[in-house]
Amino acid sequence: MPAHTFFFYIFSLIAIVSAIMVTASKNTVHSVFFLILDFISISCLFILIGAEFLGMIMLIVYVGAVAVLFLFVVMMLNVAQQKNQWFGATSGSKHIPVGMIVSLIIFFELLIVIGGWKLKPDLTNDFINLSTSGVTNTHSIGNVLYTDYIHLFQLSGMILLVAMIGAIVLTFRQRSGLKRQSYISQISREKNDGVELVNVKNKAGVKIDV
Amino acid sequence: MSVEILELNQKRRGQKDRVEYLNILFSETYKILFLLLPVLVSVAMIVWLDRRIWAFVQKRKGPNVVGPFGLLQSLADALKYIFKEIIIPASSNKIIFILAPVVTMTLALVAWAVIPFSEDFVLADINVGILYIFAISSLGVYGIIMGGWASNSKYPFLGSIRSAAQMVSYEVSIGVIIINVLLCVGSLNLGDIVLAQEKIWFVVPLFPMFVIFFISALAETNRPPFDLPEAEAELVSGYQTEYSGMMYAMFWLGEYANILLMCALGSILFLGGWLSPLDIFPFTMIPDPLWLIIKILFLFVLFALVKAIVPRYRYDQLMRLGWKVFLPISLIWVVLTSGYLMYFDLLPKN
Repeated sequence: MPAHTFFFYIFSLIAIVSAIMVTASKNTVHSVFFLILDFISISCLFILIGAEFLGMIMLIVYVGAVAVLFLFVVMMLNVAQQKNQWFGATSGSKHIPVGMIVSLIIFFELLIVIGGWKLKPDLTNDFINLSTSGVTNTHSIGNVLYTDYIHLFQLSGMILLVAMIGAIVLTFRQRSGLKRQSYISQISREKNDGVELVNVKNKAGVKIDV
Repeated sequence: MSVEILELNQKRRGQKDRVEYLNILFSETYKILFLLLPVLVSVAMIVWLDRRIWAFVQKRKGPNVVGPFGLLQSLADALKYIFKEIIIPASSNKIIFILAPVVTMTLALVAWAVIPFSEDFVLADINVGILYIFAISSLGVYGIIMGGWASNSKYPFLGSIRSAAQMVSYEVSIGVIIINVLLCVGSLNLGDIVLAQEKIWFVVPLFPMFVIFFISALAETNRPPFDLPEAEAELVSGYQTEYSGMMYAMFWLGEYANILLMCALGSILFLGGWLSPLDIFPFTMIPDPLWLIIKILFLFVLFALVKAIVPRYRYDQLMRLGWKVFLPISLIWVVLTSGYLMYFDLLPKN
C-alpha cells in the first residue's frame, strides 16, 4: 500500500525534524510550538497503525492540556530574555554530561525493550490477552485496563493525586486581611436593608455607619 | 515462471491501487467542499442572525439595509475586511502572528468532518468521533494563545492568558459531561450516540447535564457572559486587538464556526441529532439533515439570547463556577448515572 507508507514517512519526518527543532531553536516559545507539532505528528502515526484511541488521547492530554501549560509557563517567565545568563555563561558545556547520562539511560531502556521484542515477538501475548477480533481498540483497552490491571490503574491515579496535592500544598499560602464576598449574603440583600430614605437637614449632613 | 507472474501481478495491483487512491482523493475532496462551503455560508448567516436577535432584545432593528432583511450584511462586511490593509505590528513575531488566525479557522472547520447529518451522510464515520471533536476543540486554545503572544502587546497577552485558563478549565467539565452521555451509549461513534437516543433524547434523563453543557459551551467558545478574553471594557479587544483586515475576519469566522460546532455537538449529544422528535407523519416529512439544522439553530438562538440578556462575569467568578460548581456536580452525576445503570442492569452491552 503505497499511500500508507507515504504518509508514514511524511509524519515520521515531521516528528523527527520537529523533535530536533525543539532543542535547536533559540526562542523557547518556538521550541514549545515545535513540541506541539511533534505530539501532533506522533498522534497521526498512532492513528496510522490503527490505534485511534491512543492517538486521540495523545492529542487531548498532551497537546490540549500539558503543552498549553508548558506554553503558559514559558510565556509568563519570559525565558527568552534569560537565555544569556543561562546558556551564555556556561556555554552549554556544563549541561552536556547530564544530558549524556539521561540519553544513555533512555537508549539502554529502548535497547532492552526492542531486544526483548526481537528475541520473542509474542512476548506480550503471555501476559496480555487482547481480544482484537470484532471490537474497536477502545473497547479492548477498556476490557484490559479495568479488569486485569485495575490495581495498577488505581495506583497511577493515586500517584497523580498525591502529586497534585503536593503542588497545592507547596504553593498555598494563607493571606491575612483578604476580603471575600459571601454570595449568599449578596443575593439575599433586599431593598429594605440596603437602601434607606433619610431626610437631610440643611448643613447638618448625614452620619453613615457601615 | 510463477515468481515472474507473481511480480507482474504485484506491479499491476500497485498501479490499480494508485488509480483507486486518486479516485478516493478526488471524491473525498468533492465531499469536503460540499460540506465546507455550506458551513462557511451558514457562518456568515449566523453572524447576521446573532446581530438581529441581539438587536430585537434591545428593541433596535439591527442590520436591515443590505439585501432583504439585511441578509447580505455579512457579505458586505466580508468584502470590507478583504479590501482592508493587513497591518502587522513591527515588534510582533511575524510567523506566529500570521499563523494564529489560520490555526483558529482551520481547527474550527476541521472538526465538522465527523458531524453526522444523517445515518449515512457523514464525511468521516470514525470510531472515536466524539474524542476527535473533543481533541480539536481543545486545540482551539492555541489560535488565541498564539495571537496574544505574537502581538507582543500588553492587552492581547493578558486576554490570551485569560482565555487559556478559561478554556482549559471548562474543557474539564465538558469532558465529564461527555462521559455521562457515553455511559448511556457504550460507543464513541457519533452516529451510535444519535441512534441510542431513538427511544428518548438524552436531554430528558440528563437534563442537568444539558444545562451545564450549554453554559460550559458558552465559556468554551468565549461567548458572553464569559467573553473575558476580549472584554472590551478592560482589554480593548483582547487577543484580537492588533489584528486587522482579513486576519481579524478569520478570527471571527473561526469563532462563529466553533459556536456552530458546539451547537451541533449539543444537539447530537442531548437533542437526538438527526432524529425527529416523534416518529409520526408530519415530522417524518422533514429530511434528517434538516432536523439537525433546526436543532443547531434552536441552540444558537439560545446562545444569542444569553448574549443579549446576561451581563459579563468577573474573572474569579468564572473560575469558581467552572471548578467549584460544574466539575463537582458533573462528577457526582457520573457516579449517579453509572450507579443507576448498574443497578437496573441497563449498561450497554458490547
